[in-house]
Amino acid sequence: MMTVVMQKPEQPEKTEPVEKAAPVTGVRRVSRSTLVAAILVAWLLLFFVLRGKQTLALAAADLTDLHHWFNDVNDSIGANRNSNPLFLYFFNEIRLVIDTLVTFVQELISQPPAGRPVPQIGWLGVVGIAGYVSWALGNWRVALLAVAGFTFLGLQGLWQESMDTLALTLSAVLVALLIAIPLGVWAGLSDRVDRVMTPVLDFMQTMPTFVYLAPMTLFFLIGPASATIATVIYAAPPAIRITAHAIRSVPETTVEAADSLGATRRQALLKVLLPMSKRTVVMGVNQSIMAALAMVTITALIDAPGLGKTVVQALQSLDVGTAFNAGLAIVVMAIVLDRVTTAASTREEAARRSGNRFLTWRRPLLGAGAVVTAVLVYLSHTYMWAAEFPGEGGVGSSIAKAADTATTWAQDSLSGLTNAFRDALTNGLLNPFQTLLTDSPWWLVGAALIGLGAVLGGPRAGVTTAICVAVLIGTGVWSDSMTTLASTVVATVLVMVLGIGFGVWMGRSPLADRMLRPTLDAAQVMPPFVYLVPFLALFGATRFTAIVAAVVYAAPVAIKIIADGVRNVPATTVEAATSAGADTWQIITKVQLPMARGALTLATNQGLIYVLSMVVVGGLVGAGALGYDVVAGFSQGQLYGKGLAAGLAIVLLGVMFDRITQAAARRAGA
Amino acid sequence: MTPVQTEVPQRRGTPQDSDGTPVISVRGLWKVFGPKAEQVPESEELCGLTRRELMDRTGCTAAVRDVDFEVAPGEVFVVMGLSGSGKSTLVRCLTRLIEPTAGEIVFEGENIRDADAGRLRELRRRKFSMVFQHFGLLPHRRVVDNVAFGLEIRGMSKAARVQRAQEVVELVGLAGYENSYPDQLSGGMQQRVGLARALAGDPDVLFFDEPFSALDPLIRRDMQNEVIRLHHEVGKTMVFITHDLSEALKLGDRILIMRDGKMVQCGTGDELVGAPADDYVREFVKDVPRGDVLTLRWIMRPPADGDELDGPELGPDVVVREATRAVLAADKPVKVVENGELLGIVGDEEILAVVAGQEGDM
Repeated sequence: MMTVVMQKPEQPEKTEPVEKAAPVTGVRRVSRSTLVAAILVAWLLLFFVLRGKQTLALAAADLTDLHHWFNDVNDSIGANRNSNPLFLYFFNEIRLVIDTLVTFVQELISQPPAGRPVPQIGWLGVVGIAGYVSWALGNWRVALLAVAGFTFLGLQGLWQESMDTLALTLSAVLVALLIAIPLGVWAGLSDRVDRVMTPVLDFMQTMPTFVYLAPMTLFFLIGPASATIATVIYAAPPAIRITAHAIRSVPETTVEAADSLGATRRQALLKVLLPMSKRTVVMGVNQSIMAALAMVTITALIDAPGLGKTVVQALQSLDVGTAFNAGLAIVVMAIVLDRVTTAASTREEAARRSGNRFLTWRRPLLGAGAVVTAVLVYLSHTYMWAAEFPGEGGVGSSIAKAADTATTWAQDSLSGLTNAFRDALTNGLLNPFQTLLTDSPWWLVGAALIGLGAVLGGPRAGVTTAICVAVLIGTGVWSDSMTTLASTVVATVLVMVLGIGFGVWMGRSPLADRMLRPTLDAAQVMPPFVYLVPFLALFGATRFTAIVAAVVYAAPVAIKIIADGVRNVPATTVEAATSAGADTWQIITKVQLPMARGALTLATNQGLIYVLSMVVVGGLVGAGALGYDVVAGFSQGQLYGKGLAAGLAIVLLGVMFDRITQAAARRAGA
Repeated sequence: MTPVQTEVPQRRGTPQDSDGTPVISVRGLWKVFGPKAEQVPESEELCGLTRRELMDRTGCTAAVRDVDFEVAPGEVFVVMGLSGSGKSTLVRCLTRLIEPTAGEIVFEGENIRDADAGRLRELRRRKFSMVFQHFGLLPHRRVVDNVAFGLEIRGMSKAARVQRAQEVVELVGLAGYENSYPDQLSGGMQQRVGLARALAGDPDVLFFDEPFSALDPLIRRDMQNEVIRLHHEVGKTMVFITHDLSEALKLGDRILIMRDGKMVQCGTGDELVGAPADDYVREFVKDVPRGDVLTLRWIMRPPADGDELDGPELGPDVVVREATRAVLAADKPVKVVENGELLGIVGDEEILAVVAGQEGDM
């Protein structure tokens, strides 16, 4: 669910004199890979001896004391929700404010308020407003796109669901920006605030999304309000980061020039910093909206209304057609919102370039557009034909039927192929690895993980790994964690194979880059649910489906990072290698990949985090283990505590991977 | 290197009409970056260390070390040094864009270091302005609004500031570009906007921080001439930072040479060339065409017994290059005379030693 790729700034590290360092690292690299190999061999040997002992296995319905305790906490909070002062004056108040906001927006566009059969503004009004706002903020092309896109949603027969999703997204983005932009400006102005904020944001973005959901329900119950709050938490960090970054990247000279003219801090902020960072901040808004949309669809798991709910329900009944139709609606909405906000961020510059001739007409045209929109809104408020989307959603059922047909065909004619592929990967790679992880004694796996963490990431990463392993054991879902770990590692390996293959191709060939990049961008914009649908159709509800969906979700990021890394290898170095007679394969393996090893580790880091954040989505389609625990925890009261523990376990895995790979990346970069 | 010094200005020597009170007077100025920076200027022992030693001992970097100078009204005072010599830090200390560590900066009788934030803003709004190497323009504002920016900050009404901005835009030769945006202009023109912005507030002193270093050589020459022209027209006191010796010699009434944060020498161009304070300055000025800089004062010799003293007369501040023709044409040595007093004589020998030596020993 990390739709945002903000590369964390490289920490400046003191580089020692080169002539001293070179031979030392040479020796150490050899010993490091030897150490890794030694750890793995020792692990394997001990595995064969100790197989099946002390595995901490826990059956799906079994609970540990911790899980019971979580359940008790949940129950007691439920019982005291209206008497505990913390809830009475804090959480309930927040919930009330957010709930009021969401209900207000919903009654405006998606849910009929009391005393009316339809929402305040019907489809005609919404389409009119969408077109007008897109035109005013962007240009007429995106306005057309917005009108077409929203009309299509209606034709799919998903108008109300779409409007619910839109209402939640907009409410969440509004709240997120109210928090994020001032915080971002503050972090941009003050180094101290930035230092405090960065690790918090890092953590929030590293955490797999679903993990927010469980505690959310604890504090805010299920429903639209907690869905919105979870979405706010998810959508605010990118906006904070980008705003801070925008403020920081205003050239120092310009700020200095304002100072030298005697500007006060306020004047410098209002006249220099904010106007100059406006464009980047709008990009932050874009990221925030996309993140919110992705999250809002996921919050269907905690009973939020909208398209996500349609997808989840359809997935649970394996109704591929309906799921595909709703998934398509999510994609359409994502494309519209993305294009409009992107156009908004470039509008001013484009208008300036086009000369002033058009600007004189802009004001009256905008006025006229406003009048037309107002008329449309009035019509849709008053007349039934403009309020309820006409037709029965025939397009939607055609799409669903076509998807079903395609699925059936694919299952009938490709099943040999897909099943062979699935079984080969499952039996050849996944099962042995999973057995190794789950059937080894817990202390053996833990020691191996700590050893690998320390060798690959350094002593501090080793300590972090040790803490994570210890807490992981405490969660009581050790065995499930190991199953998930196996899937995650396999998926990440696949991601890296794809990433290196396509990344090198794109990095070397500008043509390939031009062709593939738009696809990758589009793939990153899509909310993760959508990936499940076609793979569910092809592979059925298995662990493997979840892995493939995670790979497809994570691969674009890895590919892009590796492509950029390969492209950033200096042309002169490649030229020197060519002139020394290296062939293409030698250039790739001896020059480009080694020089891009910082990018490779970063890609591994991002790939792992992305894969991990799909774990819960995978739980919906048969991945089992932690993902299933979390999903089951939402739906069954007695499993609530276990779900919470499983969510925590996902976070721990994420933190562990993140620390190790980041430490390794810093090392590779140094 | 061919000198770009076709017009040798007649503003050698002490600045015109100075009544003796400097506009800016800097005494014992220090800027030290690093932990416990303030202890460095206080400790005699630390003051004696080189930069490297200081860094090793205390972790501090002394960017400006014990600098003293005075700038007379109407003077163009150039601070010159290579990168890392502390010249940009020095100029920022003068307006406290960087807070000095120790020392005194007296501007029109007022110690700037004592000014509170409000007073400092007032000084920056009315008395100083600065031109930056990378222009520091606001990309979202048109040229005229950029120029008016300082006036806007002061709270001047829109009509008044636009009118004033328009005047200054014309003064710097940007008429017709008022409504362009900075990124539509060339580098040289952008710096004219920077110059106009600095001039708009009608300050007493203009600070230039390597304003032309980012420009290509031809444009740079144009801009230097522009500064000379503006200096003639508006007669502002200017403090000019540069790393380019020919620029320093071309613009500066007096030049301060800095190295590693310390002053090496401060004097007029001919003083630097004629009497370099140490090997560093000598190395620096060795490529300068001496005939373009040195005056007769530097090459004259006392009349010896056999000299004929009825040759033509020239002033001591005439540049050698301009005197060459006259001296070579005369069949007797030229007398160097100031206020009716004979200072010395210059013959073919002396002239040729300078003019021929230009390519020869350098």
